[in-house]
Amino acid sequence: MDVAIRKLILAAVTTGEGEVSGVPVFHAKDDEQKEFIATTLSRVLEAVAHDLGNGVYILVRH
Amino acid sequence: MNRDLTAILLGVVMGTLARFLMLRRDVRQYPSYPHSVVNHLALGFVAATLGAVAVPAIAAREFTAVTFLALAATQFREVRNMEREMLKSLEHSQLVSRGPDFIEGIARTFEARNYLVMLVAVTASGISFVSGSWLIGLATGVPVIFIARRLMKGRVIGDIARVRSARHRFEGPNIFVEDIHIMNLGLPEIRETYHRLARAAVLEPFDDNGREILANVGQRQAIAHDTATLLGIHRDVDTAEFTPLLRRNPESGRVAMLIVPIEPDEECLLEAIRNVPVLESARVKPLAAKAGKCASD
Repeated sequence: MDVAIRKLILAAVTTGEGEVSGVPVFHAKDDEQKEFIATTLSRVLEAVAHDLGNGVYILVRH
Repeated sequence: MNRDLTAILLGVVMGTLARFLMLRRDVRQYPSYPHSVVNHLALGFVAATLGAVAVPAIAAREFTAVTFLALAATQFREVRNMEREMLKSLEHSQLVSRGPDFIEGIARTFEARNYLVMLVAVTASGISFVSGSWLIGLATGVPVIFIARRLMKGRVIGDIARVRSARHRFEGPNIFVEDIHIMNLGLPEIRETYHRLARAAVLEPFDDNGREILANVGQRQAIAHDTATLLGIHRDVDTAEFTPLLRRNPESGRVAMLIVPIEPDEECLLEAIRNVPVLESARVKPLAAKAGKCASD
């Protein structure tokens, strides 16, 4: 049987401190910068940016 | 011209013609490149020849000739493998993939079509041989071609579900089509594009059989692929957000589709969805069983 990781959190982008761990975290100084970083990362990683609702964006490869 | 030869020739011509007519339906499901057309016509010709010689061979007491039919079956299974492998290897180059169920369905169809060609050839040549008149053979072969085409047509989504247009809306970063959650979109820029260009549809199954067909993930992938191919898709390799999605309401079995097409015409979108074939692998009939029927009350 093939075992493969289908969904994967590649990175997280946040403006807060200490909210995320375990994945590469990009800290932005404000929301505008957070969106810019998330857009760039989603294009580069071919991933989708999801909003967790607590100010954290995660980039997920589907 | 003697009777054997007339029968065989008629069988070969009718069989090859049958393959050609069946090829015309492939344009949408599968790109009929000129070379693919030649491949399939050639195989159809081989199938027709094998079918056409069967009856004259038996009449000539050449029973071993019939074993060639078994050889043909092996050959055509190879056709199925060839198609499957080819479509699988092309899958990575598709913006919206077909999915393994659709590929299997297409591969199976290609194999089955060769058997149908053999059936047409056997009938046309057999009748022509037995009756001694090629005209009677022709008169039997033509209806067989049409019956074969009709039998293989299968059902489409429009036969199992009502397809209607719907509205999409955002609740924070989450996008919904009516009450069905589709996905979470983080970036405002992407949300804006969805707001402007996305089109939504809802598929309401007519009965429990339809509900289970639409529950099949492969079937939904086939709908996404076909629609995206027909209407164009507003995405590139680096914008995974614009992959068309079909999500299901587990309570009612309704399925919502959200797509950002290049051509925003809603009526065409509905038409495209209605004409997606129901995949053989997705086809289930819970209503045919006692438990399924009693559960549906």
